[in-house]
Amino acid sequence: MKFIDEFRDPAKAKALVRHINTLVTKIPRPGGRPLQLMEVCGGHTHSIFKYGIAQLLPEAIELVHGPGCPVCVLPMGRVDDCVALAEHPNVIFTTFGDAMRVPGSRKSLLQAKAEGADVRMVYSPMDALALARAHPDREVVFFALGFETTMPSTALTVLQAEAEGIENFSVFCNHITIIPVIKAILDSPDLSLDGFLGPGHVSMVIGSSPYEFIARHYHRPLVIAGFEPIDILQSVWMVVKQLAEGRCEVENQYQRLVPHAGNRVALEAIHRVFELRPWFEWRGLGSIDHSGVRLRESFAHLDAERRFSVPNLKIADPKSCQCGEVLKGVIKPWQCKVFGTACTPETPLGSLMVSSEGACAAVYQYGRIDLAEVVRQREAVAAGRQPVGAGSS
Amino acid sequence: MSDGRGAPPRKSPRARSGKLRGDTITLSHGSGGRAMRDLIDDVFVGSFDNPALAPLEDQARFPLAELARSGDRLAFTTDSYVVDPLFFPGGDIGTLAVNGTVNDLAVSGARPLYLTCSMIIEEGFPAAELRRVAASMRAAAETASVAIVTGDTKVVNRGAADKLFINTAGIGVIPADVNISAARARPGDRLLVNGHIGDHGVAILAARDDLALEVPIRSDTQPLAALVQSLLAAGIRVHCLRDATRGGLATVLNEFADSAGVGIRIDESAIPVREAVRGVSELLGLDPLYYANEGVLVAAVPAEDAQAALAAMRAQPAGQHAALIGEVTEGPAGSVIMDTGFGGERIVDMLVGEQLPRIC
Repeated sequence: MKFIDEFRDPAKAKALVRHINTLVTKIPRPGGRPLQLMEVCGGHTHSIFKYGIAQLLPEAIELVHGPGCPVCVLPMGRVDDCVALAEHPNVIFTTFGDAMRVPGSRKSLLQAKAEGADVRMVYSPMDALALARAHPDREVVFFALGFETTMPSTALTVLQAEAEGIENFSVFCNHITIIPVIKAILDSPDLSLDGFLGPGHVSMVIGSSPYEFIARHYHRPLVIAGFEPIDILQSVWMVVKQLAEGRCEVENQYQRLVPHAGNRVALEAIHRVFELRPWFEWRGLGSIDHSGVRLRESFAHLDAERRFSVPNLKIADPKSCQCGEVLKGVIKPWQCKVFGTACTPETPLGSLMVSSEGACAAVYQYGRIDLAEVVRQREAVAAGRQPVGAGSS
Repeated sequence: MSDGRGAPPRKSPRARSGKLRGDTITLSHGSGGRAMRDLIDDVFVGSFDNPALAPLEDQARFPLAELARSGDRLAFTTDSYVVDPLFFPGGDIGTLAVNGTVNDLAVSGARPLYLTCSMIIEEGFPAAELRRVAASMRAAAETASVAIVTGDTKVVNRGAADKLFINTAGIGVIPADVNISAARARPGDRLLVNGHIGDHGVAILAARDDLALEVPIRSDTQPLAALVQSLLAAGIRVHCLRDATRGGLATVLNEFADSAGVGIRIDESAIPVREAVRGVSELLGLDPLYYANEGVLVAAVPAEDAQAALAAMRAQPAGQHAALIGEVTEGPAGSVIMDTGFGGERIVDMLVGEQLPRIC
């Protein structure tokens, strides 16, 4: 397929891997520690597993799967709010497909739908607006979710609803922004990341300049990466090259889509419609300042949070869940205490196990994990922590 | 007592020739009375016309001796069809209801012979659409050389069913020396598919209004019995056969690996997928390996028979795009691994639920 196959060419991949192998030997790695590169975006995580990219890379490079899967970082309380809205008798609740299975504290949207709530899957917020036009007697709520990638389409839909004077449409806004979460990760005391693959689609909107502080203040290289396997390998090569040459810069591998200044029209629409929240709750990462947006006061009538009473409770993540440590790259998905046992794609405890962009689901589904061995090792570690003489069963 | 003018003229045994009246199906058409009889006569008996159905007893009857001449075991299967929309490019619920059950029989190596047809109709369903579905079933049955020999009709209240549901059960006869089973996959066996995967799934996706996509893809719904019989006639020692319906190719491969306790390795670049199907999948973040098919089967055959099997498939209309896609390995037992065509590999697992489009 044109514009796709070129970016999946195994010969090009081999050449890139060769270059990466050569470069990586030139980078000092104290104690033989692997270089940790975080791909921020869930789209990258998905591609990495789908194409088996991690196995192509030398052992000296470890890919850490970051927080850029909007479904994965949605806190349980917000899912509960969705369910509450969906269960409102007159509401048609519209959502992107992959948010349907995310567990709330009581149920997921899929379960709410099975129990009679009118939950409909849409492919765009404009589909939700069309439903509102078609059902003037019902309240149509759109579950707005995602980083800057999906923000412009929500913003334009809100502006369209306003222009048409559609009164039975509202947005339950859960949009989040990428920069504060990257900063939170960089500020975390257990940080051990050496570089970043920057999110391609987000950057298409915001451009490459917002990442400059990462290079300047935190001295980590970042390369904005596309989503095809060659894009990802080339970006890894670019990060490794910077490390080998002792540079820390923001580079743009995804130039075919990402302009330096971003997309002016999209940014304007975002600015017109949204304002920063003082803070927003992230699953596994806690509250992060200025990391989410809500509708501006002038669009309050289109804001589902203000229009309906939403429980808006903070629900703690399950204790056994280590989503946060996985998101920060501190532990690998299979090192989590409940990976593959209490938490599986059938019965996800944490949302990293739900979306195919979530690190845990990706490892579980695409990785070649020997689950019995993982559990055995985990138990051995746990047993090793017992005080001597405490005996065992 | 006679009035001298002889007995009143009697009707000869009634020839069933009721006519369905009205434009929509109502509850009275399922009531067991005359309206139902008219519906059955007009729409079903008229369409499915065959000697076993014609007597309209409460059951179809067929001589055992005739069945026994073509094999030593019966294959017996059932499936329900609830597709939405009812009509889509390449077919409709009626075509599916015949081909689906025919194929479930065919992949046992059986020659499919008889089908039942049970319809659950939502009141208010347009009579013209019901006729259209019945005509599709008749055409599909003719193509697959099967007879629809008995049936049932229920009409339910509005909202109790979605327009039209069809159940068909089928009987076929398995030749004496044929023994095909998912558990018979052996390390070294080669895996084949008879054509492009994903067409049906994408045709249905595109036929639903909400996607607003124009995709030049038709459902692949087709009977596979002739293809299977041609493999057997060519002397291919078929170990496993299964049609890749719901859950798609990935699910069938996992079933082979699970049942036989073997591993499976496939080559992504060898799997036939149409450009338009790839395009839709890229757009929505869906995986063609999991799309439903209605005319695709997966076969495992010994390596020595692989080329002959490929040739036999390609000689059939339903197998023109057949391809060798991988092989059965020693293990790890139960796992399906795909070479990504990119130098990497990944596990191809069963889906947990339905495939949901990714957000971005």
